[in-house]
Amino acid sequence: MNLPPTPPGRLRPDLALIADWIAPGARVLDLGCADGALLAHLQASKGCHGYGVEIDDAAVLGCVRRGVNVIQQDIEGGLGMFGAGLFDVVVSSMAIQATHKTEYVLREMSAVGRVGIVSFPNFGHWFHAWSILRGRMPVSREMPYQWYDTPNLHLATMRDFEDLLGKLGLRILARAFLADGQPVSLLPSLRATQAIYRFAQA
Amino acid sequence: MSDAQQDSVGVVQAQRMRFSEPLALRSGASIADYELVYETYGKLNAQRSNAVLIAHALNASHHVAGRSAQDPDDIGWWDNMVGPGKPIDTNRFFVVGVNNLGSCFGSTGPMSINPATGLRYGPDFPVVTVEDWVDAQARLADALGIGRFAAVMGGSLGGMQALAWSHLYPQRVAHCVAIATTPKLSAQNIAFNEVARRAIITDPEFHGGRFYDHGVVPARGLHVARMIGHITYLSDDVMAERFGRMLRGRAGYAFSFDVEFEIESYLRYQAEKFASYFDANTYLLITRALDYFDPAQSHGGDLASALSVTQAGFLVISFSTDWRFSPARSREIVQALLRNGRDVTYAEVDAPHGHDAFLLDDAQYHALVRGYFERIATEVLA
Repeated sequence: MNLPPTPPGRLRPDLALIADWIAPGARVLDLGCADGALLAHLQASKGCHGYGVEIDDAAVLGCVRRGVNVIQQDIEGGLGMFGAGLFDVVVSSMAIQATHKTEYVLREMSAVGRVGIVSFPNFGHWFHAWSILRGRMPVSREMPYQWYDTPNLHLATMRDFEDLLGKLGLRILARAFLADGQPVSLLPSLRATQAIYRFAQA
Repeated sequence: MSDAQQDSVGVVQAQRMRFSEPLALRSGASIADYELVYETYGKLNAQRSNAVLIAHALNASHHVAGRSAQDPDDIGWWDNMVGPGKPIDTNRFFVVGVNNLGSCFGSTGPMSINPATGLRYGPDFPVVTVEDWVDAQARLADALGIGRFAAVMGGSLGGMQALAWSHLYPQRVAHCVAIATTPKLSAQNIAFNEVARRAIITDPEFHGGRFYDHGVVPARGLHVARMIGHITYLSDDVMAERFGRMLRGRAGYAFSFDVEFEIESYLRYQAEKFASYFDANTYLLITRALDYFDPAQSHGGDLASALSVTQAGFLVISFSTDWRFSPARSREIVQALLRNGRDVTYAEVDAPHGHDAFLLDDAQYHALVRGYFERIATEVLA
């Protein structure tokens, strides 16, 4: 996703939070891994082993240059190549809202890994509502696109996302909310710009 | 990277090594007193950790890069990939190219004299497999003092050799780079090979493979073999773009069976060029080696099981328009490696050129190989 660049050597705040939820030595699959920043961090600091999945040429090249395993593939083509239960954790950071078959991708995630972690932009943020009340589609740091050029297809609020997890028989293990990279505890559904969920089969 | 840095390895002299110890072949036969011709570029470092083996495909050879000392117009077949400042940088790596057993560019093959009879081997040259080639390459590596390769790399049939190295000599391969390849030929692939072989074998000038004794070459058979092969190397799109229905030097049809279309002219040109340098018996041998390659066969068809002994890191690359060894075939290899938890990177390069793309200079493709070898360099040259 086209988020603002993070200074070199520092992990994007949502990725840092995700990394905290991953045990040392875990086998990790990162869907929509961009240039492999999360996996590079997990390899170097936690001894994890993993693979990124990316469709974008420049991102794949970025992973190769970082020494991160990457498989060039459209995640919506299914994860059959990865085999059931091969991973401890399957991550999708800031990518799920850009998928066509969001429900299918979440199902596939829970088939190949024991635990899933998803981060996405919280569409329920007050600014979005304010923007729409003023007659404009929201353009924000997490969603820096105009309505006509956005890759985002399936935007959700936290409650929406939790409903879908419930429908898919996935149990929430943990959740965290960030506003501009800082943790939010008060009124997160209105104040958080990013939501992060950790879940597993119920 | 400027042109000045993207220099050639320069003039190269092929070398030759003799092996007196018999090499046991998969067919049950063995071959003794054979020679392998090879070239090297760059310098083997003191730790002997920077060697890269390049395996060749059907009609290529040990002459991977640079200009041949014998013929300055003879530029190595992967000169855009291997050289100072190139993706496989000979300022850092010691690169070895070797001509395989049974080929016709100097290593022992059907044109060589069989020491047992004093005559050319011809059709008596034993059928060799990809695995046999790898065994022979391993002996050459021993002789060159290379215990472990930083990488073994190849495209197409060369990729099969890289893959075979990874499971036959797992401790001797740090990285395996397999490009535009497949874990086994499909029925369609074998069918194309069989058409090519029948064209050669049924040429009256083939003489059961003893055409050397008759002072002739089964050129017509080789022509058809090369034409059919060449069609499978190109994509429909690239043929349409380069030739389309363009006519050869005439505004309208001549209503004859002479060359009418540009594509016919091109195929005939390629065919004649090929027949002038390539040995017919070698063509049979190498297409058979392609047909037989199937590492999963001895594992009940389970490629993951066949590759379970591998230790290397893998870079697997396919090309979107390659219909000879399509991306789906590369994904089979990747899937088997994932099952084993191996380090593997897979890239599907969007290139219009079909199977031939692995020999061409595509920016994304070369950047991937360059990036991967830069990582290898940080490991082995630390």
